[in-house]
Amino acid sequence: MSHRDIASIDAVQALLAGQNYICGRSLATVTFLALKLGRPLFLEGEAGTGKTEIAKAIAAALGRRLIRLQCYEGLDAASAVYEWNFAAQMVAIRAAEASGTGAETLRADLFGPEYLIERPLLQAMRPQDGGPPVLLIDEIDRTDEPFEAFLLEALGDFQVTIPELGTVKAPEPPIVILTSNRTREVHDALKRRCLYHWVDYPNFARETEILQARVPEAAADLSREVVAFVQRLRGEDLFKRPGVAETIDWAKCLLALDVIALSPEVIADTLGAILKYQDDIARLQGSEAKRLLDDAKKALETA
Amino acid sequence: MKPPGAAKSETQDLAEPTLPLPDDPKLTANLTHFARALRKAGLPVGPGRVLTAIEAVQAAGFTRREDFYWTLHSVFVSRPEERQVFHQVFRLFWRDPRYMEHMMALLLPAVRGVQEEERAASAAKRAAEALLDGAEASAPPQREEERDEDALIEIDASFTASVEEKLRALDFEQMTADEAAQARRMLARLSLPVKPLKTRRLRADPLGLRPDWRRTLRGAMRTGGEVLTLARRKPATRWPALVVLCDISGSMASYSRMVLHFVHAVANRQGQGWARVHAFTFGTRLTNISRHLRTRDVDAALNAAGHEARDWQGGTRIGACLHDFNRDWSRRVLGQGAVVLLITDGLDRDDPALLAKEMERLQLSARRLIWLNPLLRWDGFAPRAQGVRAMLPHVDTLRAGHSIASLEALAEALSDPRDRGEKARLMAMLNG
Repeated sequence: MSHRDIASIDAVQALLAGQNYICGRSLATVTFLALKLGRPLFLEGEAGTGKTEIAKAIAAALGRRLIRLQCYEGLDAASAVYEWNFAAQMVAIRAAEASGTGAETLRADLFGPEYLIERPLLQAMRPQDGGPPVLLIDEIDRTDEPFEAFLLEALGDFQVTIPELGTVKAPEPPIVILTSNRTREVHDALKRRCLYHWVDYPNFARETEILQARVPEAAADLSREVVAFVQRLRGEDLFKRPGVAETIDWAKCLLALDVIALSPEVIADTLGAILKYQDDIARLQGSEAKRLLDDAKKALETA
Repeated sequence: MKPPGAAKSETQDLAEPTLPLPDDPKLTANLTHFARALRKAGLPVGPGRVLTAIEAVQAAGFTRREDFYWTLHSVFVSRPEERQVFHQVFRLFWRDPRYMEHMMALLLPAVRGVQEEERAASAAKRAAEALLDGAEASAPPQREEERDEDALIEIDASFTASVEEKLRALDFEQMTADEAAQARRMLARLSLPVKPLKTRRLRADPLGLRPDWRRTLRGAMRTGGEVLTLARRKPATRWPALVVLCDISGSMASYSRMVLHFVHAVANRQGQGWARVHAFTFGTRLTNISRHLRTRDVDAALNAAGHEARDWQGGTRIGACLHDFNRDWSRRVLGQGAVVLLITDGLDRDDPALLAKEMERLQLSARRLIWLNPLLRWDGFAPRAQGVRAMLPHVDTLRAGHSIASLEALAEALSDPRDRGEKARLMAMLNG
């Protein structure tokens, strides 16, 4: 099925729910538009709110290949687009010398497709089985401005130029998803070409739904307690607030420990699964965790 | 594509036959009006986005108000801060567009008037200062006496040193209005040179240490596959970012003004390094003034910053303000290894444990934390205040920031990564 044929926002929501990815109406709308209009989707938000997951869910739901480009400082064209296989080229030169092949044929051979190592961006331009792939450009805020400028060109026309071979143009543009944790502002020129969405922490009902979809073996009561506690925790003055990924991790930890209900002792033992900074953990040690848990339980009873 | 500004002129422009537009001209007109409203509210909305919006609305359809909201949201919003503005404009506009236009018309002339007035005001102030050169100098009467007393001593100095040189060493607090004006001019010329950082990206360089196989082999093609020269690469460089946290409480009044003049000069100088300069002021609360600093006119910039920061010359809550900075800003402005310049006297009455904790967090997230403390100019300065005792262990360098000469010396601290300034001496006093 071509992704452009998806009929409605509800269809997108159902498609993602089929992959155990529960999303709100807002995120479903943006995803629908990105698929329908063939525009890159720019997702920004705190760590652990499901930005990367949605790319995996879309790829799985549509049966497409997922090509991931993890960004880091110093990422350059050689690791993002393509590189020549130099060792093989050197061997070919030696072999040509031995056999006495002419320079012209050597040149044509050496910079041919068989010596090309394709990196994620170039792979995404190639036709794939099952339709255009999903290209996930993860944590774009970790690269620098020059790479952003390069992406602008690549995402604008969905083509990459290799001086020795010519231009490779995607027959059908890939589904592009960019994510950012906002450790710096990404340039407006890049954002302007994308559909933007700020991924927020989900509310209680949605997070419970997510947890039940992701960790179905957890009892309903425990899931509700876990979510209520994490939601309280996000209201606290923490350096790094826990994301949905942490909620899921924590629920799995509790399951592994055969915990049936939350208690201050259990929380103290497993806090490392939700809080990742020593300052934050120290804050929650002692009576603070108990207060939050009591709050959460009270809210659950009244609800 | 139409040139920018085309949609601004009139809505009919968009309805040209060459453009793929919907049959419903009313929708196009409404969306264009909506985009104009957003633009007036400060969102960067160009004609390209209007076309995308029309396309998007067609794709998503009109079934639910919520869908319509998120469709337009995905096209027009590109930053988290803009969400609130979008929400308000959306709410107002799609209830009654005319009402919105009316509101805008009512609000806009007033806003524009204020801005023009402000611009005129700062220019006028300087014009007045220029005309009243002599008259202004007599402003603080008690200073005149001090000057008479000092004059006898200073005569000797003036034979050997130029006026500028004398000013360089003079404490900001003891300057007369004349001298302060002269000092501000000197500050405007001052720069803060910094060394570039090595990045992990490589660029071609004949003296580099790493081989560039790609260029080597391309060169070898010309000689029939014989490698004659090895092309080389070496790491490229980039400039670090500077983050300034400036105390503007009452005890720092005369210094913070001068230091902000200096920061403005650093932020606006081209080609001296510093990828970005972010500036924050704090007293009782933290204010981001980076945007205002980019105004070229220093008076206008500091005026705008002053309007934004409402706590000039009030009390100080260093710990609480650093906490706000660490929570809301540190990840965004310190992400790529920024140098932090903290300008404060460290006189804080809040809980020293909180202050120490926040200082530690700040030092952990910054490439370098440099503390400028104007109190260091006193020879007998000792770390007795509880705030100073809490902050001292967590800074990389401690320096005085009370005169032009001391600000110039800051460049030294930046160029030497092992520079500790006065920290070692004061730490010894703290532990002794």
